[in-house]
Amino acid sequence: MTLLFHIGQYFMLLGEVFSKPERRIVYWRRTVEEMELLGVKSLGIVALLSLFMGAVIAIQTKTNIDSPLIPAYVVGFTVRQSTILEFSPTIISLILAGKVGSTIAAEIGSMRVREQIDALDIMGVNSAGYLILPKIIATAVINPFLIIISMFLSILGGYLAGVLTGIISSTNYIAGVQWDFDPYIVTYALIKTVVFAVIIATVSAYQGYYTRGGTREVGISSTRAVVYSDVVILVANYLLTQLLLL
Amino acid sequence: MIEVRGLYKSFGKVEVLHNINATFKKGKVNQVIGKSGSGKSVLAKCIVGLLPPDKGEVLYNGESFQGMSKERRKELRQEIGMLFQGSALFDSLTVLENVMFPLRMFATMTVPQMRERADFCLKRVNITGQDRKYPAELSGGMQKRVGIARAIAMQPKYLFVDEPNSGLDPQTSIVIDNLIREITGEFNTTTLVITHDMNSLMGIADEVFFIHNRQLWWQGTRESLVKSDNEELQEFIFAGSLMRQVRKALRGE
Repeated sequence: MTLLFHIGQYFMLLGEVFSKPERRIVYWRRTVEEMELLGVKSLGIVALLSLFMGAVIAIQTKTNIDSPLIPAYVVGFTVRQSTILEFSPTIISLILAGKVGSTIAAEIGSMRVREQIDALDIMGVNSAGYLILPKIIATAVINPFLIIISMFLSILGGYLAGVLTGIISSTNYIAGVQWDFDPYIVTYALIKTVVFAVIIATVSAYQGYYTRGGTREVGISSTRAVVYSDVVILVANYLLTQLLLL
Repeated sequence: MIEVRGLYKSFGKVEVLHNINATFKKGKVNQVIGKSGSGKSVLAKCIVGLLPPDKGEVLYNGESFQGMSKERRKELRQEIGMLFQGSALFDSLTVLENVMFPLRMFATMTVPQMRERADFCLKRVNITGQDRKYPAELSGGMQKRVGIARAIAMQPKYLFVDEPNSGLDPQTSIVIDNLIREITGEFNTTTLVITHDMNSLMGIADEVFFIHNRQLWWQGTRESLVKSDNEELQEFIFAGSLMRQVRKALRGE
């Protein structure tokens, strides 16, 4: 029953979020600010993780399938496929759920316990729309760019690790990256990314918006935001894979 | 004018407000008093629509809040200013941006006009040269004054003030009380102050509403307060030693 209550309340909140904004220009400015806060400021961690993860995939692939029967370019192919299909859209989204999700829940939760959301409501501002809609739009717009950058850097990381350590030649790696490439997998990855971005923003905002209590509860909301976003992302990942790839 | 008719509010099985009937007059400072946990803030939240009453209604100039459409409620709320106990200023906005916030959201003004209005409101509460500071950089008293400036930015018809003096020293409390008094007169607002500060009560209240045992136990003017023979009210008002001495002096004892 509690789960059903939260699901119902979550969708009712979304109804409020997507109602007509009071001032579009104010919402637009907030969206741009959120893009910087939630997107651009996540670039560093995304870049770092992607470079190293690509490097590790390349080394692991070479180490584990080192056989004369398997062509060398498989390393590049494996890095590309695992990066585009799962690592960049899913794993990076899980990481962003930790960084961005906790930020969203903490910010909105703090505003709730300090009566700032009540202040918005009393002024006649649709607090849910004002606080949450710009975050949804910002993450849905900026995350695909982050994921494209992640894809590029992960493949580059694999190249650097493979070529600089001498486990694969540059020609073989690039041939593997280009081999049997189906552009649809990028579309699939970007669809997943947008869905995951909306999940991160809405689940985390829901946790923050309904925070009750004080600073301790804000912390609990923040943790819940990350855990629930991760769980929902994993379930959504399974469903989207079934829907889009099979 | 705000009227409350037959208002009930419970949280689970705990009844907090029982059949509250009250009229808060325009141009007057209406103070709601009562012990901590007596339901004063719940009453205020029911009146402004932050909490739905279980039964009863709230009328703004004769128009039932409960019967209003969502759009009408939004319009009405633009006529309400509220100062919260903790000021509830937006942390990530500067003082000036806080005061300009309701104007940006609703007023049909140019940015220079908004700025002018915000400057006027800040000057009115004696805040100057603090425009670019963030709320965390201000003292509690200054935060309250900025909160009042934000509350009056839209020239409200109704002003709600929740515990304006909590956490403030006596001198700053008097400054805040006087501001509430003056603004009520200047803007002719229906002002409702939730408090348990007796100095504030004796200083600025026009009408007093005493909430006790979930009910509106007593109501009357500040002058009639001291003369009242309501036992619970007397116990509450004269609980402090200073107030007991005031009572002795008033009675010529």
